[in-house]
Amino acid sequence: MKFQIEDVTVYFPYDNIYPEQYSYMIELKRALDAKGHCLLEMPTGTGKTIALLSLITSYSLSKPQSQVKLIYCTRTVHEMEKTLAELKLLHNYQIKHLGPAARILAIGLSSRKNLCVNPTVLAAENRDSVDAACRKLTASWVRAMAAENPNVPTCEFFENYERAASAAVLPPGVYTLQDLRAYGKETGWCPYFLARHMVQFANVVVYSYQYLLDPKVAGIISKEMQKESVVVFDEAHNIDNVCIEALSVSVRTKTLDGASRNLSRITQEIERFKATDAGRLRAEYNRLVEGLAHRGNLGATDTWLANPALPDDILKEAVPGNIRRAEHFLHVLRRLVQYLRGRLDTENVEKESPINFVASLNTHAGIDQKTLKFCYDRLHSLMLTLEITDTDEFLHIQTICDFATLVGTYSRGFSIIIEPFDERMPHIPDPVLQLSCHDASLAIKPVFDRFQSVVITSGTLSPIDLYPRLLNFHPVVSRSFTMSLTRDCICPMVLTRGSDQLPVSTKFDMRSDPGVARNYGKLLVEMVSVVPDGIVCFFVSYSYMDGIINSWNETGVLKDIMQHKLVFIETQDVVETTLALDNYRRACDCGRGAVFFSVARGKVAEGIDFDRHYGRLVIMFGIPFQYTLSKILIARLEYLRDTFQIKEGDFLTFDALRQAAQCVGRVIRSKADYGMMIFADKRYSRHDKRSKLPGWILSHLRDANLNLSTDMALHIAREFLRKMAQPYDKTGSGGRKTLLSQEDLEKMAENGVQEMLY
Amino acid sequence: MASGQVTKRVKYKTSVKDPGTPGRLLLTMEKLAFRPNNPNSASKLDMEFIYVKNHKYTKEGSNKAPMLNLTSNQGASYIFEFENYSDLQVCKEFVGKALSKPGETPKPADTSQSLSEQPSTEELLLRMNLLRENSELQKLHKRFVRDGVLTDTEFWAARKKLLNGDSGNKSKQRVGLKTVMLSDSKPLIDGRTNKVTFNLTPEIVREIFAEKPAVHQAYLNMVPNKMTDKDFWTKYCRAEYLHHSRNAHAAAAEAAEDEELALFLKPDDILASETRRKIRCVDPTLDMEADQGDDYTHLPDHGIARDGSKEITESQNEPYIRTLLHDLNRHGAVVLEGTAIDEEQLKDTQTVAEALIQSKKGNKIANEEADGNANEEKLNRISKMMEIEDLRGSNDLPLAPLSIKDPRDYFDSQQACALKTSRDAPTGTEALNCSLSAQEAYGSLRDSISQIKVVGLNDPIVTPEVAMKVRSVLTHNITSTKYHLGKNPRESVLDGFPNKIKEDLLHHWMAVEELLRHFWSSYPITTAYLYAKVNRLKDEMSKIDSQLQEMKESVQSDLRNQLTLLIRPMQQALEAAMQHYDADLQKRLAKSGERPNGYV
Repeated sequence: MKFQIEDVTVYFPYDNIYPEQYSYMIELKRALDAKGHCLLEMPTGTGKTIALLSLITSYSLSKPQSQVKLIYCTRTVHEMEKTLAELKLLHNYQIKHLGPAARILAIGLSSRKNLCVNPTVLAAENRDSVDAACRKLTASWVRAMAAENPNVPTCEFFENYERAASAAVLPPGVYTLQDLRAYGKETGWCPYFLARHMVQFANVVVYSYQYLLDPKVAGIISKEMQKESVVVFDEAHNIDNVCIEALSVSVRTKTLDGASRNLSRITQEIERFKATDAGRLRAEYNRLVEGLAHRGNLGATDTWLANPALPDDILKEAVPGNIRRAEHFLHVLRRLVQYLRGRLDTENVEKESPINFVASLNTHAGIDQKTLKFCYDRLHSLMLTLEITDTDEFLHIQTICDFATLVGTYSRGFSIIIEPFDERMPHIPDPVLQLSCHDASLAIKPVFDRFQSVVITSGTLSPIDLYPRLLNFHPVVSRSFTMSLTRDCICPMVLTRGSDQLPVSTKFDMRSDPGVARNYGKLLVEMVSVVPDGIVCFFVSYSYMDGIINSWNETGVLKDIMQHKLVFIETQDVVETTLALDNYRRACDCGRGAVFFSVARGKVAEGIDFDRHYGRLVIMFGIPFQYTLSKILIARLEYLRDTFQIKEGDFLTFDALRQAAQCVGRVIRSKADYGMMIFADKRYSRHDKRSKLPGWILSHLRDANLNLSTDMALHIAREFLRKMAQPYDKTGSGGRKTLLSQEDLEKMAENGVQEMLY
Repeated sequence: MASGQVTKRVKYKTSVKDPGTPGRLLLTMEKLAFRPNNPNSASKLDMEFIYVKNHKYTKEGSNKAPMLNLTSNQGASYIFEFENYSDLQVCKEFVGKALSKPGETPKPADTSQSLSEQPSTEELLLRMNLLRENSELQKLHKRFVRDGVLTDTEFWAARKKLLNGDSGNKSKQRVGLKTVMLSDSKPLIDGRTNKVTFNLTPEIVREIFAEKPAVHQAYLNMVPNKMTDKDFWTKYCRAEYLHHSRNAHAAAAEAAEDEELALFLKPDDILASETRRKIRCVDPTLDMEADQGDDYTHLPDHGIARDGSKEITESQNEPYIRTLLHDLNRHGAVVLEGTAIDEEQLKDTQTVAEALIQSKKGNKIANEEADGNANEEKLNRISKMMEIEDLRGSNDLPLAPLSIKDPRDYFDSQQACALKTSRDAPTGTEALNCSLSAQEAYGSLRDSISQIKVVGLNDPIVTPEVAMKVRSVLTHNITSTKYHLGKNPRESVLDGFPNKIKEDLLHHWMAVEELLRHFWSSYPITTAYLYAKVNRLKDEMSKIDSQLQEMKESVQSDLRNQLTLLIRPMQQALEAAMQHYDADLQKRLAKSGERPNGYV
């Protein structure tokens, strides 16, 4: 359908539209017009992504001179694929209606591991080995060598791509990672470098958060993006955690040992170069005198993760004299490693601010703050000079330099915590020095500064006023949309008591009670016999899930469950989890039905949808609070209290409830879909906890469902499923329309929007 | 019969004495046709009803064969001998109707319908096949069609689905594996000695082989050359036992001493390689593996290491810790893959092992072929999944028809579950008790009242000993039912009866179902034909009702309670039908009673 929002003609690939999608577009349009940031919360299952994509693409189509580019950030690669699939749908529609004028180029960007088509490179196991294997074939000096000696292996895909030179472009269209790989195979061009190259021409770029937030990556990938670009962070409810993780580093004994090994290897290399090619090191020295501005003239294949320190001026500064010479720099690093080793050797937990840490580093090891700040870039430069290709071997020294640079750069918002062992296992010595970031706004600040519109959106951003404080920005539009429902297609329940009428909870003192585990098991056994197709269960942590499943196995509960449905489980092994998910979907598809056990805050809870028959019921066992005894969390809470005046308890509850809401919100994809949500913990019935849930769940949580026991929940489930199986009027009955057609929209444009919607 | 066509098997005669040509008589609203079974026979006949002047038929109950005699306006007579009176009945009515409204053209809708309803020879063959394959259907057919309660067409009209070509395909569907994990059976410990017993059946062995390809491989390599079947399994069970004891250190120690044992305890290499292959074809929208290394956390020691959200594992004896979670996932995958091994092949471990190899080979070839198509299919599926269903008109996904091997299994287990749940809930228990005792109580109460009326009160009414005895017998019965019911969902009440009764009961049940289906579908009664049919059905139903009653009485007292429970719903359904019939009859009488007075 096609409609007008003020001066923009919006092309929407469906025949109907939900009213909330329409108002979402209006708000988004206003934010774009105002050239400001915005914060939008819309419930899952109302087609956020497609509304967003179709408005922004239509917006740039209607203003061809403005060059609005869309940078769409997703949390995970599979969400990236989902987004691109939706965009493809939209693009086909727009081409059909507008003809070739609507052609855009949209690409997904990921690491070499996901884009490479060279079989020898792909044989490597993890990302770093893939990167290194690629570098071994494509680094400029390797290729130079190969030109002289045909026995040196190179990558034919990259060579083809280089030979095609400027002819190597992607024709307009929407490319998922898979499409890119297919195209690369077809043309013989390296898809990774092709995609990297095309990023600057693409109208839509979809990639992961880190490409913007993590300064190490952002420097390379995102530096060419124009200020006019619209940046979207989808599923951004966890964005503060992503930000602080991007700037946190920890150092263990293992790291230090590895770093020492790396240093001796580098020393050998330097000796070798001194003997054979001393001019090279001298040239590097001269370059460093002029500053670090060398990065512009590096070949694409030689670029490395960039400096984690943000300020741009660092590039213009000259590298301090004491680390310009390679040997001197190595001495500094050795002293640093030695110092860190000394700090790790402690009996007590220590907490320190970066300023104190740098001061004591200066007195004990004689390394000043400015030197620290340059460590990462200096190492980078040195490794290039030494023509080291197996970068995956040098990860440890990189970590140390990263740490040094961060400590040298930031004086506030961080703390350094040294723990001799993990509190949960005090008998195992495992000293760790953690530089942990507490301020999410540090990592995201450059994004807000560089781009004129940043859209932060998710299904759960409640309370919506907290996010601007956490991220320290001022949105021009900040709105939370409710869901207009044709029928009550979600059914949240709070289960406080088990079948024996005793309370259930994962509270610390009740967690190990076998009665609670039994009651939880009973609940699931009853539900599997009533609910068709898929059921998803979320637990508060891996260890709790492991424990409870083992106890169910011993008491025979698991066997009862498996009489009805197959069981699949998220494990810490990502590959196995992926296969388990794939099998889970197949089991739901073929009608056998299955249960999926997963963990709140786990990878599955983050980004996998359990819509339609893949999830008719979600059970959230317990409240997913963070581990409150963690020193890092305590430090962060202190920081939040002192800087933003956010109370500890409030933040913890907010954080736990947004995770819970995120878990259960995955069952709904559209208004035709339906699903039940059971919050199985007595604490959910308390108002202070419950009220932190997003509005669209609260509005369906009836008072009668606030304090249920297993048998009552079972009864409600039966009733609900029976009701949902009935045919219904999709356009909505009564005064409010829940599905708008083109005519409705035109009528609305005449009469004014407000009348129809509210 | 509202539709415009009737086909019957008849013998066509030109005179009464003629032995007749066997064939089929085809009646439509405007004409009749006779097609002899022998296509070479000359006695083909096509005649329009407007030329038919008169029709005669033999009366039911006379000892003549059921015959229909049509006289044309030229004076020629055509005689059709039917197989039974019900066929004649149908045709008689049809001819009567056709003659009463000559010249009226049938509606177009009728013709289309009539085309589909004409049983071609193929369809007849299909029917024969179905009857042959399905003994229950055959019994029903025999009972109702032979006895004239239903006509052949009526019988098959209710089973159009069966006659659709799909029925042939359905049988090809393989029986899936059970969802329950068999191999996870716990070892039996007899408490007195230190002996531990594992039970292995061929079915369990199949599961073990399918879920642990390394064990399968080891079996093929070692048995019978290196060790005997028994030794192999002893070793396997030992490994399992070690695993169960959750003692990773012990397992590691044992594995170090015995390399064959180590084989069972180590992670499965074959599985690992298979995993690599599979992960490549996973749906990209849930490929979490692709995320690994796409963000900062892939670098060691980046991100937050110890805030309690990350878990800690002890990595020392890691290879020897095979978790339950892993087993469960693996089990699910195997069940979904299914197996090509038939039940017959489940004899001993050797055959199972060999059959598995065969099926694996077949799978491999199929996999390679499928991989090409899979990609495109995957993309299609993703784009379909992306669409928001209610914003766009639905595109119907192809649904596999539900094929349950034996519906009785399914419903029995459902019933057992329902019973179980109702038993768990405190209110449910009471209700069950009440309903059972109320009946008994009422009966005895009524008896004793009538007795009192006759004899007067005597003291005591019942001797305490007798009362106690009666009570204990009754309650024992009830509790035993309750005890047995729902204890094992696969075990049904029916199995408690002698075979004869069980079969009778099932047969009656089918018969009642069939009758009721026809009965209710003939309402509202619009034609005389339907009226006759309903009458026939009613008679049959009352017959069955009395048979059920008889059966109930014939059964021994200890089973009677359960049997009553089973029969009651049938009788209730029949009663409801009868009541409806009576009410309808009353209404009709009232109407027809009014008419002569008021309107005619």
